[in-house]
Amino acid sequence: MLKGRAFKFGDNISTDHITPGRLAHLRSNLPELAKHVLEDADPTFASRVKAGDFIVAGSNFGLGSSREHAPLVIKMAGVSAILAKSVARIFFRNAINLGLPVLICDTDGINDGDELEVDLSKGTVNDISKGQKLTFGRLPDVMLKILDEGGLLPYIQKYGDFKL
Amino acid sequence: MGKTLAEKILSKKSASDACAGDIVIARVDLSFVQDTTGPLTVRQFQSGSFERLADPEKTALFFDHAAPSPNRQLSNDHLLLRQFARETGCPKYDVGSGVCHQVVAEALARPGDVVVGADSHTVTAGALGAFATGMGSSDVAIVFALGKTWLRVPESIKITLSGKFSRGVGAKDLVLQLIGIVGADGATYKALEFGGSGLANLNMSDRFTIANMAVEAGAKVGLFPTDKVAQDYLRSQGRPDHYQPLAADDDASYEKTINIDLGALEPMVAKPHQVDNVAPARELKGTKIEQVFIGTCTNGRLEDLAIAAGILKGKRRHPETRLIVAPASPKVLLEAIGAGYIKTLVEAGAIILPPGCGACLGLHQGVLADGESCLSTANRNFKGRMGNPEAFIYLGSPATAAATAITGQITDPREVM
Ligand code: SF4
Repeated sequence: MLKGRAFKFGDNISTDHITPGRLAHLRSNLPELAKHVLEDADPTFASRVKAGDFIVAGSNFGLGSSREHAPLVIKMAGVSAILAKSVARIFFRNAINLGLPVLICDTDGINDGDELEVDLSKGTVNDISKGQKLTFGRLPDVMLKILDEGGLLPYIQKYGDFKL
Repeated sequence: MGKTLAEKILSKKSASDACAGDIVIARVDLSFVQDTTGPLTVRQFQSGSFERLADPEKTALFFDHAAPSPNRQLSNDHLLLRQFARETGCPKYDVGSGVCHQVVAEALARPGDVVVGADSHTVTAGALGAFATGMGSSDVAIVFALGKTWLRVPESIKITLSGKFSRGVGAKDLVLQLIGIVGADGATYKALEFGGSGLANLNMSDRFTIANMAVEAGAKVGLFPTDKVAQDYLRSQGRPDHYQPLAADDDASYEKTINIDLGALEPMVAKPHQVDNVAPARELKGTKIEQVFIGTCTNGRLEDLAIAAGILKGKRRHPETRLIVAPASPKVLLEAIGAGYIKTLVEAGAIILPPGCGACLGLHQGVLADGESCLSTANRNFKGRMGNPEAFIYLGSPATAAATAITGQITDPREVM
């Protein structure tokens, strides 16, 4: 069970909002890069987010670049899962590859600051502040298995290959 | 049931009967990284305790985003990549070799290939009939090590083209219009497959521009069948053997079809800060532009420089509008020098950058000031993209860019032609 506060974002939050190209020189210095996570969408996010919190977004979260640094710095900031109406393809894959859960659900009813409880195995989000329950879509099997192992590298290290 | 281009290629590469929605494991013919995603790929590869590449010849490292490097940190990232190339024996395309997608188009991608790059615009090679798609560093590190990857076979949206462009209108206008119709996430997880009688009127440069921006509609790949245009292109690049005829089956099934008459299009511009926020260029007349940027994997080819030079010949840029040009590869640069385009552009007041990504992603060489606006031939206008979240980016064709450079405000190129 994951527990934390919701940080609400709108539609079309791009990888440039999360970790812009102008900070490319920090990509080999991840702790420094992580201090700027989501800076161009909400400059206060990095200083307010706590371990366990959730990013709750609208549609097409993570569109744009293939930079895996985007989900990486989100994970480093302590975010335990991303909830969104939809997520861009490469970002989706990258997040799962890093062991960061991405949950597709209708996020309209969740407000900034709501206390949430997420049950990954049951597929439910409990908005404690609202007293509402939501369900999220099941990941494709291959992604579930990768997520279960904590990411793509540990998965391949365990199985030595893709096992569908 | 017949197969779409995506289903055909993935069936072959996975040795299975691949249908939309299936998950397959596909052999990868080319995997590559560039200098801002490569260092993480190398670290993931090393932390996975892999020592050898599955096939060094099918692997490539590009130095294009920070080329040449503007600072110490990125120089050290370059060092790491050079060392990896030495240790593993894979080819490297060092600083000055051009934008990865342009080099892949000119020299590496073949019809029917599966190409995976740690860069979202890997889709560019779809113009040559390659199933080319972007992934992150971990995925590519695993392709480096195993030579294969998992893919969900995408549903396809058919884009049927007819007619031909009218004067002053080109591939960029078509793809901006298309993204306006489909939306920035309208093709997420899907393939865009282009076809129709209008295809014969698109040269390879046009097709690369269109395939390049498929990802701006969320698509996994933007695929073109191959024909005489593709065959001639491969021959002109000195690799006639790489040609292979490729077409979808007549009874393939598509999620939907979008028909576009090339002759009905007009110059289009994407307004800040989303690529699907499009409008005709003529409606934006009066929008002051401080910088024009012509280049990138979208529109930095010889044909693009030819169009810009044609409009700027004998004219000067507006005194308050900077004009920056970055040829996509050394080959483009040399040919543009030979054809006199570079001279024309410099005489018109252009700054010529080395072949590479240039000002595209806000690393260096053309970072905008607060409140400034740029008309760029690139593929993205996200907030902060060109190095400053307080700046504004408009996207347009090389013709619109050249016209805008002359007047200092967004201009429909037909007004100055
Ligand atoms: S030119 Fe721009 S979009 Fe193309 S690869 Fe370089 S940074 Fe990316």
